[in-house]
Amino acid sequence: MQHILTSLKRITKTGVSNFIRNGWLSTATVSILTITLFVVLFLLMMSVLTESVIINLQNRVDVSVYLKKDTKESDILKMQNDLIALSEVKSVDYVSEDDALMEFREKHKDNEIIIQSLDVLEENPLEASLNIKAKDPSQFKTIVEFLESGQYKDIISKINYYENQEIIEKIGVLISSIRKIGFTISIALTIVAFLVAFNTIRITIYTMKDEIGIMKLVGATNWFVRGPFVVEGFLYGFVSSLVTVILAFPVLYFSSPFIKKYFYDIDMFAYFQENLVIIWIILLVVGVVIGALGSIIAMQRYLKI
Amino acid sequence: MIIFDKVSKVYKNGTQALDNVSFEIKKGEFVSIVGQSGYGKSTILKLMIGEEKPTEGRVFVSGYDVSDLTEKELHQLRKEIGMIFQDFRLLPKKTVYENVAFTLEVSGATNKEIEEDVPQVLNLVGLLHKADKFPNSLSGGEKQRVAIARALVDRPSILIADEPTGSLDSLNTWDVIRLLLKINELGATVILATHNREVINMLNKRVITLDRGKIIRDEQKGRYIL
Ligand SMILES: Nc1ncnc2c1ncn2[C@@H]1O[C@H](COP(=O)(O)OP(=O)(O)O)[C@@H](O)[C@H]1O
Ligand SMILES: [Mg+2]
Repeated sequence: MQHILTSLKRITKTGVSNFIRNGWLSTATVSILTITLFVVLFLLMMSVLTESVIINLQNRVDVSVYLKKDTKESDILKMQNDLIALSEVKSVDYVSEDDALMEFREKHKDNEIIIQSLDVLEENPLEASLNIKAKDPSQFKTIVEFLESGQYKDIISKINYYENQEIIEKIGVLISSIRKIGFTISIALTIVAFLVAFNTIRITIYTMKDEIGIMKLVGATNWFVRGPFVVEGFLYGFVSSLVTVILAFPVLYFSSPFIKKYFYDIDMFAYFQENLVIIWIILLVVGVVIGALGSIIAMQRYLKI
Repeated sequence: MIIFDKVSKVYKNGTQALDNVSFEIKKGEFVSIVGQSGYGKSTILKLMIGEEKPTEGRVFVSGYDVSDLTEKELHQLRKEIGMIFQDFRLLPKKTVYENVAFTLEVSGATNKEIEEDVPQVLNLVGLLHKADKFPNSLSGGEKQRVAIARALVDRPSILIADEPTGSLDSLNTWDVIRLLLKINELGATVILATHNREVINMLNKRVITLDRGKIIRDEQKGRYIL
């Protein structure tokens, strides 16, 4: 036990001292790794952006179910509850006849003719409705089928699904394309970035293959040789993730208003600040895994001596 | 304790370095391996520490079949052996002190032992004042002495020296030879590869003579004859 502890201490000390003494090489490796982590950060932010675009699109799509006049409110509320229980349904808002009238008046308050004709009517001409939002727009079809075939079909006066069906489906396709394209781009970029980073580490290790051989020949075990490289790899990851986060501050500070203005209404800089710790941890883990694991894999062949 | 049993070595590029070599070295012996450059001296020594594997035949050191060792056994074997490499093989990013200390770290010595032994052995080879220098700032002779210090520091039971006087002037050469003899007297088996005629003739110990990968002489009180 004491022996293992001593070894660990020596390995750590050697790793740190190698990191410092390999100044130029460490800088180069950290730079490449920083670029890789920037790509990872970029993808992270892109996924936040697309996810919020998607949510926004989904929120714009709803289907209203109009209910026949003189339907009992208790029936409507029961129907609302049943709808909410469906797994496809995200939310159901109840708009009573009175609410509908108030909204209608508000909307047309500048149009005297409409207001006057409303005043002439003794009865509220508007129907109560339930506004349904689906978790995914493509699921409206199922929801509508449920309504049309179920126990509620007699109290339903109208469902505004069919006139909007085309646009709803288009939005559904749009959302799934955004997801697919985003996924493909992420995978491609990630692979490229990882390959570049791993190759850099391979070259770094290659320049040390003679030293690795010498250490083995004077009696070091594989782990005693690997250890300092793992420590160094950890330091590569640690420093790169810090550099990435620090560089991301000005980059996001300046690009965030631009994104907000021309592209999409979300404050990326604020999001970044709010989630700074978790973002940094993700980058740290990715960096350390590439740095340490990459070193271990790259040096395996040189240990066979 | 060291047995070469019908060993042949052909390198990947087709060079035959050793051809059916057999000999035995007993514990505590002092054996010189002589022969012109390129005749296979270093290859024999590399086979002893498992740096190279025999193409045919078997090599036994300290009871281990060297060509068939696990990683752990290799570590055990190399801990027992101190090797002075012909090309020094110092670790370029470690100081003189750290290079020597590394051998002790590898074998799990305590910090206290390291702090005592390293300066002592550096003093022995006359390099204590260069302890904090890096290898690339040293002369050839100084590097050779660091290599010697590194091989000695862990008090190996087998000391393998591949032309350890090659970069030294004659004054230092005799110091090193005296050192090897001393270590041998203290009980270590010493194997010395050299093509230095004066050294061999003065030693008056067992000599194995190589000619193009073959043993042509193995004499108990040998002289340098080619
Ligand atoms: N790694 C190697 N690959 C190919 N040939 C080698 C290698 N090492 C040594 N040789 C060849 O093997 C022969 C013996 O070399 P070596 O054992 O180093 O001789 P010595 O130490 O007596 O000078 C030489 O012809 C040399 O060129
Ligand atoms: Mg040689």
